[in-house]
Amino acid sequence: MKALVWHGTTDIRCDSVPDPGIEHPRDAIIKVTSCAICGSDLHLYDHFMPGMKSGDIMGHETMGEVVEVGAEAKGTLKVGDRVVIPFTIICGQCDQCRRGNFSVCERTNRNGEMAAKAFGHSTAGLFGYTHLTGGYAGGQAEYLRVPFADATHIKVPDGIPDEKLLFLSDIFPTGWQAAVQCDIEPTDTVAIWGAGPVGQMAIRSAILLGARQVVAIDRIPERLAMAKAGGAITINFDEESVVERLNELTGGKGPEKCIDAVGMEAHAAGTVDAMYDRVKQATMMETDRPHVLREMAYVCRPAGTLSVPGVYGGLLDKIPFGAIMNKGLTIRTGQTHVNRWTDDLLRRIEEGQIDPSFVITHTVGLEQGPEMYKIFRDKQDGCIKVVLKP
Amino acid sequence: MRYETERTRRRGHADTATDTLARGLGLFSIALGIAEVAAPRALARALGMRGQEGLIAGYGLREIATGIGILASKDPTPWIWGRVAGDGLDLATLATALEGRNPKKSNIGIAMAAVAGVTALDVYCAQTLSRESPRPLPPMQDYSGRTGFPRGVERSRGAASDFEAPRDFRTPEAMRPYTQPERPRHPQPSM
Repeated sequence: MKALVWHGTTDIRCDSVPDPGIEHPRDAIIKVTSCAICGSDLHLYDHFMPGMKSGDIMGHETMGEVVEVGAEAKGTLKVGDRVVIPFTIICGQCDQCRRGNFSVCERTNRNGEMAAKAFGHSTAGLFGYTHLTGGYAGGQAEYLRVPFADATHIKVPDGIPDEKLLFLSDIFPTGWQAAVQCDIEPTDTVAIWGAGPVGQMAIRSAILLGARQVVAIDRIPERLAMAKAGGAITINFDEESVVERLNELTGGKGPEKCIDAVGMEAHAAGTVDAMYDRVKQATMMETDRPHVLREMAYVCRPAGTLSVPGVYGGLLDKIPFGAIMNKGLTIRTGQTHVNRWTDDLLRRIEEGQIDPSFVITHTVGLEQGPEMYKIFRDKQDGCIKVVLKP
Repeated sequence: MRYETERTRRRGHADTATDTLARGLGLFSIALGIAEVAAPRALARALGMRGQEGLIAGYGLREIATGIGILASKDPTPWIWGRVAGDGLDLATLATALEGRNPKKSNIGIAMAAVAGVTALDVYCAQTLSRESPRPLPPMQDYSGRTGFPRGVERSRGAASDFEAPRDFRTPEAMRPYTQPERPRHPQPSM
């Protein structure tokens, strides 16, 4: 089959690789009908995340049709079922899964000892996202082997196009969880750093959850235009001070809820801390560039909440914990517990409350994937979200 | 990355290879600068330039500042041209050490050859970056109609009010009055 394969920093190729097969009775194989490039795939493309090996298949936003089912998954799946595959692989049986904390499933990361060395404990296995999270093949391919398939799937009905459903795999529940973590009140201002795909979903989620005011912070004109279309007030951080504008919008008190939809690769040229991060990262003395975390801690209203869906990978420097502690801020973070939200979100799509396909700017064949990685990374051609059709 | 704002859009397409070269030169600048600041005596001894340790350390500070400028700026072009000027200064300074009876003239020759090589890279990088300007990018895509809300934004605000946050995702009760001053669920604490 054809698949997008990681060979090294900024080197992703569309290769011919062996078809996957059932390896365990709980497995299923799906024929991929649509998959997407995620912003967090760019951390792998640029090799900011450790644990990739040449030959790894990329991708964790995937949907398709079940073509083969292992013996132990036959109770819940059958050939022909239409499924979206969540990016987190879940067993559905461990203590964390039973609590709904699917992204920290205790059993699906087959390289759990590596993750435990890095993070203290293992987290869930993920599709196509380094050997720290299990080294599972990803879904930017013609076929995908789904481990623990009896639990790791979202059944979706026929009659709704892939484009409306695909993002149940990651960015829609990720944006939703980011907003839910804020426990939004009708009087709240929610400020969202980063108007990429997750930021766009967080904006829509905050609107649906009834925020009085949603503010989106970015500098890419197309992203800001899309954020505005979704009901956000926009701040271009290249052209105005984020802190001053947020204070102006909130009567000097700051936003009650702040969402970091940027993560480890913040671009904030011109600020002192951004220069500091660039130098430290370039000289391998810091893994991530946490400008957004610092700015959120500074501007957030006392007793407010910082919600962090943005991906961080390692060690962060100069975090103003004094501000966080003295202002009594709550930090909520984590990879998304996808299956915890998807029944509810699927219903909202079916009822027409939201149509997540608004975010798609490019749809191409799998063989054009390597080129689209570069275009997406460089934010060329108005690229915000790429869907691949194998 | 460059070319990411309205202003820089007008400069033309990003050239990732040249950007990477610029960043490499920035890193080199910092590394060389640190060496010059940390060990001016050893360098002066190796080049037969005793008595000029202060000048070498000063050049080191210049290298570090230029390197930071390259790595931290959105557009490294002026900083790379700054490196070219610095290379000229380095070559001129090294040339003065060729005069007289300097026993380390062979080391000076090696150093000048190395600086000349780096100068060639600096000039190439600066010229390439400077040439990138004229071609404008295609016009901006129009996403102003992409609301994501089939019923429109205002009719969608609060449409998910039937959603009840799970217990482990709720704000602690004690913190709610501060976020809802108009409708406190508990009396405000008195001072």
